[in-house]
Amino acid sequence: MSHVTLREKTLSYLIVGPFAIVLAFPFYWMVMMAFKKDADFYNVQNVPFKFNGGPTFANVRLLFHHTKYVNWLINTGEIGVVVVGITLALAVPAGYALARLSGRMGQSLGVGIFLTYLVPPTLLFLPFFALISRLHLQNSIWSLVLVYPSFTVPFSTWLLMGFFKTVPQELEDAARIDGASRLGTLIRVIFPISIPGILTVVIFSFSLVVNEFVYAFVFISSSAHRTVSTGVYTDLIRGDLPEWGAIMVAALIPSIPLALLYNAFLNRFIAGFTGGAFR
Amino acid sequence: MAEAVVEARPRGRRWIDIFERPGFLASVLISPAVVFITALVGAPLALAVYLSFTNSTAGSLHGKFVGLHNFRHEWHEAAFQHAVWHTFLFTVISQAAVLIGAGLLAHALIRPFRGRWILRFLILLPWAAPIALSLMAWTWIFDTTYSVINWTLIHLHLVDPISPPQWLAQPHLAMGSVIFVHAWRILPFATVIFLAGIASIPKEVDDAAAIDGATGLRKFWYVTLPLQLPIATVALLFGIVFTATDMVVVYILTNGGPPPSNSTEQITTWAYKIGIESGSLGEGAAISLFLLPVLATMAVLMLLFARRVEVS
Repeated sequence: MSHVTLREKTLSYLIVGPFAIVLAFPFYWMVMMAFKKDADFYNVQNVPFKFNGGPTFANVRLLFHHTKYVNWLINTGEIGVVVVGITLALAVPAGYALARLSGRMGQSLGVGIFLTYLVPPTLLFLPFFALISRLHLQNSIWSLVLVYPSFTVPFSTWLLMGFFKTVPQELEDAARIDGASRLGTLIRVIFPISIPGILTVVIFSFSLVVNEFVYAFVFISSSAHRTVSTGVYTDLIRGDLPEWGAIMVAALIPSIPLALLYNAFLNRFIAGFTGGAFR
Repeated sequence: MAEAVVEARPRGRRWIDIFERPGFLASVLISPAVVFITALVGAPLALAVYLSFTNSTAGSLHGKFVGLHNFRHEWHEAAFQHAVWHTFLFTVISQAAVLIGAGLLAHALIRPFRGRWILRFLILLPWAAPIALSLMAWTWIFDTTYSVINWTLIHLHLVDPISPPQWLAQPHLAMGSVIFVHAWRILPFATVIFLAGIASIPKEVDDAAAIDGATGLRKFWYVTLPLQLPIATVALLFGIVFTATDMVVVYILTNGGPPPSNSTEQITTWAYKIGIESGSLGEGAAISLFLLPVLATMAVLMLLFARRVEVS
């Protein structure tokens, strides 16, 4: 057991403390604004760090009753579920095969798939825009379902390859000696013990979908079909009179569960991410 | 006798046999993903290159071939030149800040201490929350009238209450603000990767260093840093790609700034303005393709790097 001195601990607090304050400040600010009364935060004489005249739920009610926020949540959820389904169907087999393919071929293919993840939406949104309008998919959430796997599949294949590499080859050999076929081993032995890894991929690719802005912004033009990331910006900010309180509620709702999930699955994410060809 | 054995096999068995060949099974498992990625990334990329040589407009793929005209035209465009310079600044400064910040944070977080869980949770927030939504908070924090930064600075008598700083409107401040926000957003991810790098250093190395009397800065410089370098490089290359090609931070916070100064314009926001807002699809594609050399360089570095790690 390494001995952590008091001096080292103090140093940790001195470094981590200020960083944590700066990194978390916008979220503290979201909470404050979400529950403040309009009259409170539009008064520059008020101290902005406290609720002057108590907190309110008016902003929450406004968001849910007078905007299309619920629609956007549903759209995002639908797109997310379909995209994650497509992603798993393609990335799980590919990730497994890449983890077991030894030699140059497997290595180059793995890195090749990974590199496609680096081709950004900002380079592809113009050609995709041309294609989407050709297919008459503009303003439909199916355009996003079609395009999103272009980044979730490479990302997930990479992560899954990392996970599958940690499954000992001996386990497979044992199943094969017991008479199972390769495919049978894959389905009955490898996949079940990889469920935590697969769950990690589900969470992180779903969050990539929630996060995506450029495609959703360019392809979808009517408010009813927007996702959370674009709807809040286009309809609530650029509207006649931004309802800042409601905007902050809208920002908090997806952020908090995602942050909790990230924390819970962080170690697995790291294991998959660094378990690929770079180790 | 051997023939009889073959005869005795059930008919469907031969198909299953194919799956027993490792090479075949692997190609069956990989091909769908490869085909899909080629179609969804390779094809649009090729289409982007094609479009950049034409004068296509929004909604049509039938432009006339104009050769290098789009590239040459943009090359001499003042707004584009600003955009290239700003993209460079945006990337280099924010990544330098992230590198230092992540190094410090990771070394501080690796030791166990009370309250580490909650501090780690707070530090991860910018990475976990959807960026377009957390930018809403930043928009308000930088607001011209209601900025909390200005309120604090005014009450500390550090700035003049008559003309407080306009964080997103004054050219240099605006650039500083978008760089800061982007570094804020990337820092948690880099920290996580750095933590993984430090954690992967075997305990024996640490002990050996301690026996040899290496402590503090010396140990960091000669032991921790070299061992951590591979993974830090991966984090950095990632950071560079995601920063140079990011559009959302600048677009939402400043929209690139008003012409003619275009004080925060990036290659990405400029491509959006020309390609979508003005509808010059071909020229927009040409602008975004100027990012390709950056991507190609990073890709080559990563490949070289992957090979080196594999050899050692």
